[in-house]
Amino acid sequence: MSSAVQPAAKDVPETPAPQSGFEGDTAATTFGGVVRGYVDKVRGGDLGALPAVAGIVVLSILFTALRPNTFPTALNITNLFVQAAPISLLAMGLVFVLLLGEIDLSAGVVSGVCAAVMAVAMARHDVPWYLAVLLAIVIGAVIGLVTGLLVSIVRIPSFVVTLALFLGYQGVTLKLIGQGGTVPVRDERVVGIANNSMSVTWGWILAIAVVVLFAALQLNRWRSQRAKGLVSQPLLVVVARIVLIAVITIAVASVLNVNRALNPNFTIAGIPYAIPLVIALLLILTFVLGKTSFGRHVYAVGGNAEAARRAGINVVRIRVLVFLLSTALAAISGIVAASRLSSVDPSSGGGNTLLYAVGAAVIGGTSLFGGRGRVRDAVLGGLVIAIIANGLGLLGVAAYLNFIITGIVLLLAASVDALARRRAAATGR
Amino acid sequence: MSAPTVRPDDGTPTLELRGVNKSFGAIQVLHDVHLKAYPGQVTALVGDNGAGKSTLIKSIAGIHAIDSGEVLFEGKPVSISGPRDAAELGIEIVYQDLALCDNLDVVQNMFLGRERHTGVLLDENSMEIAARDTLARLSVRTLKSVRQPVSSLSGGQRQTVAIAKAVLWESKLVVLDEPTAALGVAQTRQVLDLVRRLADTGHSVVFISHNMIDVFEVADRVAALYLGRMAADVPIAEVDRTRVVELITAGRSGDLGIAPAAVAEVGV
Repeated sequence: MSSAVQPAAKDVPETPAPQSGFEGDTAATTFGGVVRGYVDKVRGGDLGALPAVAGIVVLSILFTALRPNTFPTALNITNLFVQAAPISLLAMGLVFVLLLGEIDLSAGVVSGVCAAVMAVAMARHDVPWYLAVLLAIVIGAVIGLVTGLLVSIVRIPSFVVTLALFLGYQGVTLKLIGQGGTVPVRDERVVGIANNSMSVTWGWILAIAVVVLFAALQLNRWRSQRAKGLVSQPLLVVVARIVLIAVITIAVASVLNVNRALNPNFTIAGIPYAIPLVIALLLILTFVLGKTSFGRHVYAVGGNAEAARRAGINVVRIRVLVFLLSTALAAISGIVAASRLSSVDPSSGGGNTLLYAVGAAVIGGTSLFGGRGRVRDAVLGGLVIAIIANGLGLLGVAAYLNFIITGIVLLLAASVDALARRRAAATGR
Repeated sequence: MSAPTVRPDDGTPTLELRGVNKSFGAIQVLHDVHLKAYPGQVTALVGDNGAGKSTLIKSIAGIHAIDSGEVLFEGKPVSISGPRDAAELGIEIVYQDLALCDNLDVVQNMFLGRERHTGVLLDENSMEIAARDTLARLSVRTLKSVRQPVSSLSGGQRQTVAIAKAVLWESKLVVLDEPTAALGVAQTRQVLDLVRRLADTGHSVVFISHNMIDVFEVADRVAALYLGRMAADVPIAEVDRTRVVELITAGRSGDLGIAPAAVAEVGV
């Protein structure tokens, strides 16, 4: 298609730009074009992962400067990753809910209920660990099914439904565990999720496998788009992205594989099992959201539910499935949190658990207004939140300050989201 | 005003309505409505606010079930009891509010709800190629990229995407609800050209508009609704702008239109 075949007098061009057709598709294939495109995107209000990455870098530098002896140690960095795991897992589920433009305020306490179910089943009823874990996840899914039906069929606004459930499920946890009680988690496999590490050799194998898999997927996509003459990014950008991921993965793996034992007579090294769990779920859910019809329909319902309905998408089904997925992930998050503390008490999943997870999703770049977000936002944002929690802990700030600072961070993230949205509306993106 | 191309009314209409009635409770919105839409032709559906245009197209789309009357699609009687039935017959409706998802790109919107797969994976490449082919077939030259989000498009471009989406599905009848209502001069021009090309590629087009200039620019036939009755459904060459306006506002114009008695009955 060239502009020469265009009937000269008939088409009044809307803009004075050349009208050769889809020329933007080829403009994006130069390195400069991609950089310009990215700058335009950020200026247009689509910040992507920028705030989270900036947060990780700035906060790490800040806490390293304030606590040079305790913050940047292998032991603390490992702790930090394990601390981030339950936050990120809960936030992954919330990313899906937020994509629909809904909210699940009960996700935190649902993680507590599920953890309590697992702990009580193992400690008081001698249920084997795998059945207890499965039971917790199934109960999480059933809870999400109920929430989803209330939201999508009865059409009660999700914040009201989940606010009511937020209160109700705290009662359930209390009943399960008993007033003032604590249920210990002793099974070594469950405790091991957060407290044991894979061997250094397996850690390296995992790190290399992640890099190779990522590189293969990226290059394969680039090759097939290129072969068919479709919109693709320049090879340089693809390679740069692979190198970046490789450097980060290997850097993290080498820190985690260093001996972090404080006692010189012991060796503690390796990647805690919680981390491959987060990575696996990150990959699976990213795949679901980006490459399947279900994921596409989640974005569509969040972007314009009426358009989705007219396109023949079963909007009710999508909403119910999303709430179900979200609370199943909340259950997994509760299990990891219980593993980390080796116990479950009536306040598990309460307090700032939900706030941390929502904050993680939003800081990562998921919009509170629906339609925009990725699963990786949960992981990046979860790291930011974990760094704040971890750093403030090392500084030994008073509890009241901890609350205030975390609240301010969430407000900041939400403001960035709202402003970005306004900017996006103004620039027509 | 350019002289519209006159096409012979030969062959079977793609869609024919015979004696369609529709009431909402005590209010009868459509009275004994007849309509014909032919392949390769643009039928302009005109009428004042409240004349029943929206109800009529929603009946065609399967959103409202008709109370009585016959619907013939390509000569065969059919019953359209839901949007899926309409889609299966090859009827696509482009609503005024367009129903596009701003957060998705052009290709994703065009295939929304009917994505192509290889296994469980979305087949992005094949969808992108098909979307591009369809846009090229309609000679759409105003889109910079088929991978740009719909939120970054202008009103005319959005309309283009919505129409191209309708065409993608081997549709035989495309109903456009006031496609030029909110557009500027240049964008209206593009959309009218697109409507014409749609008919020239063999589609049967029903085009709802309030704008007489647009109607006489692209339509081959004009169907005027007056208070729920079809005042006239005639080749556009048989009428002029004044007569169409009379049909819209009074239901009659010369020998055309609803019988005086009926006008007196409904037009109080």
